[in-house]
Amino acid sequence: MSQHEYHFEDLPPDFVLDLGTFTIHRKDIVEFAEEFDPQPFHLDDEAGKASMLGGLAASGWHIASLTMRLLAEELLNKSSCQGSPGVSKLNWLKPVFPEDVLSARVKVLSSRALRSRTGVGLVNMELETRNQHDVPVLVFENTILFGLKNTETV
Amino acid sequence: MIGFFEDLQVGDNEVLGSYVFTRERIIRFAQKFDPQPFHLSNEAAAKTHFGRLCASGWHTASIFMRLLVLKKQAQEKKARESGIPVALTGPSPGFENLKWLKPVYADDEIRYHREIKSKRESRSRPDWGIIQSSNHGVNQNGEPVFFFQGVIFVQRRLQEPPRL
Repeated sequence: MSQHEYHFEDLPPDFVLDLGTFTIHRKDIVEFAEEFDPQPFHLDDEAGKASMLGGLAASGWHIASLTMRLLAEELLNKSSCQGSPGVSKLNWLKPVFPEDVLSARVKVLSSRALRSRTGVGLVNMELETRNQHDVPVLVFENTILFGLKNTETV
Repeated sequence: MIGFFEDLQVGDNEVLGSYVFTRERIIRFAQKFDPQPFHLSNEAAAKTHFGRLCASGWHTASIFMRLLVLKKQAQEKKARESGIPVALTGPSPGFENLKWLKPVYADDEIRYHREIKSKRESRSRPDWGIIQSSNHGVNQNGEPVFFFQGVIFVQRRLQEPPRL
């Protein structure tokens, strides 16, 4: 038996887990944008106000990456995770502003054991991140590979 | 690939640039955003099916964005210097079909390119058009490692540009 809390079999459709809450600070928004997404509306108040976003707002890749962090800490690092082939769709629904408080949740949509790789299953998960007004700001579908119970070699 | 909605054509293809995913860069991103063992150290990665240190998929995606924005900003600067009006690009509502096709290992050099696949006018925002693109990352061995279909708002030529 392995030490993991979650294997493929522990993640059936409708499995739900709250991943926690974090506050996104202005300096983190600007720091991420400077390195990865230096568009003016992610860096500057005036440019943010003049844009479709209505104010300085976080890069969408930043929100996705922060949601990933919670998923890694709360689920994947306690699991037999073997990486991810991709994200079938992702929507940035609302802008995220400095000092917003975001909460993320994961829900399993479907799962199947792989025929091509013995001992591995594919789980299609919906990640949803909401702000302090309970409004969804990000939703995406991420397929992730998990080892089956009792088939792990490590 | 700058220009107003009307200037951009289906089939336009552009290299965005290349990036070397050094060990230090992979670990720094993973510590902040994706602290799984195979993104944090060679020793931990060796115990997983990846075998050695590889980059977070969100790191690969974020570098695509960096190279896209820097390329566009360099082209815009050139255009402004020549007195050519520059179109605004808006935020993106999302994407589809993102694929991490192969691991990106330490010291892999990924070259990104982008192709316009379709364009349509925005019904809700008449000043803007919507451009759909296919975006690719290829490693130093010519193997595709990253793909997604993105969507972005681009300003139309219809009227005076909004003030910035």
